[in-house]
Amino acid sequence: MDGQQVQPQPHPAVPLLMEDSKPGRRAGTLVAGEDVRQALDDLPAHLLRCKPPAMPELSELQVVRHFTRLSQRNFSVDTNTYPLGSCTMKYNPRAAHAVASLAGLVTRHPHTPDAHNQGLLATLAELQQMLAAITGLPEVSLAPMGGAQGELAALAMMAAYHRDQGDGQRTEVLVPNSAHGTNPASAAMCGLKVREIATTPDGDVDTAALAAALSGKTAAVMLTNPSTLGTFERRITEIARMVHEAGALCYYDGANLNAILGRVRPADMGFDALHLNLHKTFATPHGGGGPGAGPVAASKRLAPYLPLPYVLETDGVFRLATAMERPQSIGVLGAFLGNVGVQLRAYAYLRLLGTAGLARISGHAVLNASYVAHGLHQAGYKLAYPQRRACHEFVVTLAAEAERHGFRAGDVAKRMLDFGIYAPTVYFPLLVSECLLIEPTETETKDELDRLIMVMSQIMEEGRTQPELLQQAPHLLPISRVDEVAAARHPVLTWRTTPEPGSPAPA
Amino acid sequence: MAETCWFTPTHEWVRQEGHALRIGITLHAAQALGDLVYVELPEVGHQVAAGDAVAVVESVKAASDVYSPVSGEVLEVNAALVDHPELVNEDPMGQGWLLLLYPMGSLENMLDQAGYDALVQSQTQP
Repeated sequence: MDGQQVQPQPHPAVPLLMEDSKPGRRAGTLVAGEDVRQALDDLPAHLLRCKPPAMPELSELQVVRHFTRLSQRNFSVDTNTYPLGSCTMKYNPRAAHAVASLAGLVTRHPHTPDAHNQGLLATLAELQQMLAAITGLPEVSLAPMGGAQGELAALAMMAAYHRDQGDGQRTEVLVPNSAHGTNPASAAMCGLKVREIATTPDGDVDTAALAAALSGKTAAVMLTNPSTLGTFERRITEIARMVHEAGALCYYDGANLNAILGRVRPADMGFDALHLNLHKTFATPHGGGGPGAGPVAASKRLAPYLPLPYVLETDGVFRLATAMERPQSIGVLGAFLGNVGVQLRAYAYLRLLGTAGLARISGHAVLNASYVAHGLHQAGYKLAYPQRRACHEFVVTLAAEAERHGFRAGDVAKRMLDFGIYAPTVYFPLLVSECLLIEPTETETKDELDRLIMVMSQIMEEGRTQPELLQQAPHLLPISRVDEVAAARHPVLTWRTTPEPGSPAPA
Repeated sequence: MAETCWFTPTHEWVRQEGHALRIGITLHAAQALGDLVYVELPEVGHQVAAGDAVAVVESVKAASDVYSPVSGEVLEVNAALVDHPELVNEDPMGQGWLLLLYPMGSLENMLDQAGYDALVQSQTQP
């Protein structure tokens, strides 16, 4: 004992594994036996390490506790209400996970020949059909391994289609400023030029601006519907007609599909291709960076360009389409069948719900968002588009509070963490200043929604009387307010035993 | 220096300096973006068409394109912003300038100070 005092704390610090390391500590079960050491004798001497790698040295229990403690500090859908707009952080049923975790699926070797893989291929073929039915588009490829990869795939398909039509000069993509940020990024990644289209004050695409921007150079228009403003694009069929008359194609970003599931099909709105986020809408948890899946659906004229693999059925036998059979395909996007686990969760989820269940999802998602929007409006929050009905999400603006009381959207979001509610999306969509984008999703009970409204009402009151309470929040979490600007300007991405000269000291 | 400053509806400012144009983002734009953490600048000699993105300014909140008000060639960029993006927030019309452009065309649809102020006013009215 060196006389130091230990202070009781609600959230004791979790040191880095490197900081807990003590030379010579081992996980007993991982110490190499004599047989392993002998096997190494065959290795040429010049390939052997001179000294052990600089890895942290800990006991197994220390490692288990380290990661368990980190996981306990996590906000997740399983622990907290998570109204993160534009992300659809809904609860994903355990049943879907159980199906995807079946031993026969998890242990399947990726090189299993088609003949021995009929059950899995039949399942994926059925999923292709179910997603086609939901979107109204005839063919679906499950290949893309995330939403943005799905966007990239669909744009590459559209660019290839235009080239084959002798329309190679179509290199511009029009994106409304109410679209998702990934849309312009995917277009640029595809080598296409992005042009932004304005939004009208009541939240629709400015069709006059669209008409002015459409030309013989336009390859596609990318739309999210409902848009990131949480409003349904009312003139969508007119927009699609304008785009098609100009010889361009319509791309649908499926990120907000939860709002229209089982009620409106993107194909009926006039879209030619789209991607779906299985990890938002169809039972895969997300928010930790993956894995996701972004299947693409395509109209008849774009279907030959779909990425591979693609599951075919002939006389009850399932197999993967070959590149020879699909010469116009944009090709393979990743290894093997893509993120099969995510695809299987979507399959199980859709089988659990059935067609009637799909419409219940969108119905409750929209009802819940409208309920919270109404409650917050009553509590003094200003809706960004009060004249519009909220879809599955809605935007409030705190511009007036920022000016009058000095607390901002980000401060409200941080204060919500103290009440055990995850922060809504802040400062997005970019069109609305000091905004919160709130998406309660269909899986929260009315009790939880009432609590969300109550907490946010209380925070509004706190902000008006003692704004510093918000400005310094969170107060009750293991980590207090993070300096995001310093973190972005001076990121410390490596851990060193001795700090590099000139680098800031670790906090 | 009392040279005239012009503004674009997309929140860039432009100042004539001899044959060249100095370009940056407005105080309003810098405030709306919040603390900048990164500025992506073009290479000297880069040719740009009017209305094309010529630089990117990134804050904790958002990344935003900076559009060239006129076609031209980049003569110089503000290299100090690579390590000190905060200069754009601190002094957007001065030390926080982005680039110097040799114009190949004339400035069109530009706003003067009063016109730009009216635009900002109309956009920030709740």
